[in-house]
Amino acid sequence: MKDLKEKNETKDKYAVRPIVGEKRAFATGNEVVAWAALAADADIMYGYPITPQNEIMHYWTRMSEKYGRGFLQTEDETSAGFTTLGGVLAGRRSFTATSGPGNMLMQESMCMAEMMRLPTVMIVQQRGGPSTATVIYSQQEVNLTCFGGNGEGFRIVYSTCSHQELFDYTINAFNVAWTHRFPVFVLGDGYQAKMREPVTMYDPRDKGITMVPTEPYVLKEGCAGVDREPQQMRNTYNTEEELNEVVEGLNAAYQAVIPQVVKHEEYACEDADYVIVAHGVVTRAAQAAVEYFREKGLKVGHFRPVTLRPFPGEAFRPIADRAKKILVAESALGQMRRIMTDTIYGCSTPMVNFFKPGEGISTEEIIVKVEEMMAEDK
Amino acid sequence: MKKEYIVDTPRMPVSWREETKAHKFCPGCGHGLILKALGQAIDELGIQDRIVFVCDIGCCLLAWDLFNTDGVQTHHGRAVPVATGVKRANPDSICIAYMGDGGGYAIGAQHLVNATARNERITVLLANNTNYAMTGGQMAPTTLIGQKTETCPYGRSIEQHGEPTRGPEMVAAIAGHGAYVARGTVSQMNQLKKQIKTALQTQLDGSGFSFVEALATCPTNWRTNAHETWQFLNNNMGAYFQTGEFKKPEEQEV
Repeated sequence: MKDLKEKNETKDKYAVRPIVGEKRAFATGNEVVAWAALAADADIMYGYPITPQNEIMHYWTRMSEKYGRGFLQTEDETSAGFTTLGGVLAGRRSFTATSGPGNMLMQESMCMAEMMRLPTVMIVQQRGGPSTATVIYSQQEVNLTCFGGNGEGFRIVYSTCSHQELFDYTINAFNVAWTHRFPVFVLGDGYQAKMREPVTMYDPRDKGITMVPTEPYVLKEGCAGVDREPQQMRNTYNTEEELNEVVEGLNAAYQAVIPQVVKHEEYACEDADYVIVAHGVVTRAAQAAVEYFREKGLKVGHFRPVTLRPFPGEAFRPIADRAKKILVAESALGQMRRIMTDTIYGCSTPMVNFFKPGEGISTEEIIVKVEEMMAEDK
Repeated sequence: MKKEYIVDTPRMPVSWREETKAHKFCPGCGHGLILKALGQAIDELGIQDRIVFVCDIGCCLLAWDLFNTDGVQTHHGRAVPVATGVKRANPDSICIAYMGDGGGYAIGAQHLVNATARNERITVLLANNTNYAMTGGQMAPTTLIGQKTETCPYGRSIEQHGEPTRGPEMVAAIAGHGAYVARGTVSQMNQLKKQIKTALQTQLDGSGFSFVEALATCPTNWRTNAHETWQFLNNNMGAYFQTGEFKKPEEQEV
């Protein structure tokens, strides 16, 4: 702690760049996230061990020491979440990472972040559920990450599909959080966390990306109550009307942010009769399936929501309306589909579910599913 | 003949926020006294500009705007991790986690135990009034044997509920070098203020974790009049919860 203070005071801890120029690497997703946080000038990580995100901490603790950044291993994920809020309140770029049951415990603090608009950054590497389940892979933390807690889901959730995206979106997460002051989540999974693949790492400044400056919520310049009003933050209110006003205010702010952050990708959707909807790592199988069908001259497309919250329903609506059929492929029992169908209410295009909770989805499986749909239409 | 009244402004600690007075606690509540002692300690140490006052859930949350200092109100049991997070990210801050016995010894016990074990350089100030007061007077870890509450209407029994938690003794048993642990009472204001001041000084010196439990009154939930309230505080609680210092920073230096 004293070291961090000394480092903070005696030199610009960001003067030494962890990455100079472009750095090609063959790394695990967890390693990539740690590098991205370092490159994004993250100040401190608060964490607690849970598989499959552990190596984020392992790499962070090795590198943070060299670059004067902070780390605290807490007593549980509840504490890791709340200490992360503390770091943000102190005006530091703070983050945490977790998975599965840890994600559940962190929802308590993320609710408080929503209510008080604290720009927390949290990396989730999804594992199987419910309960302890597997430490390997799933897409079953969509509900929790998008809408966890006793709130309204005022948060931004990016579902990544590759190591490059883990790197890019982790950096982006800090900027989106500190620009819009809502909690931001990078939703990966155990496959992305643990496998190795090529990635290009960089210093965001070399790419023309400016890190959005942070500012303290407490202990700003001057003495509270003497030079300035004291900064007193609360998340408890006395009457229904008082609370309603606060939540409506949050909602108005969130709605204004949506157009600026909502994101999706389209693959040959413009004339597609059959549209595959998939997010996260499953998009890779969907993209390969589209390539396969297009080579055969068949009109198959793929819609990929990048942000699951807010969901890009507006972009998806015309594609969904135009299609003959929609295939929803998910490593969960329709957690993404429920969010999606809500945003395209009234669309009468038939939907086929391809749900494999806790299990990966291959290109071949998607191809078979789409061929089945085509055969039915003949 | 015209009568002259002498109007005297109540002497509040300078670090209290005048606009939010009178405070929101019930008549006879101990919180106001603890927070007065805290305010005086802040004044005497001259650290109003460095304070981050983190309050827990329970009656203590009513203090969210009591001071003329920065502050954050958090969830039940979570004042310790929030204060820890701020302190770790800004070591110049003086972080105070203010909570009740339910927040510290039940729902947030893991945070208290581990913050103590890590010797976090924060100050925890805990009001012990032997019940969950904000929620209507349920049994707390500190409820005395035989004491009736909403969830032990026939009185707390050792057989069913175990013995009341002695917080400072527990904290002192695991506190590291340089830590300060004490128990005071709102019936001994000078002692309480001195303890809180020593706790804050411990944080200022950066020597270790600091913890003060203050025995506090709760006539609303105890259903006691003024006399009985004071009797319960001094005799019943006083007999079980010993006041004094359990660990001092200098003791470990030897």
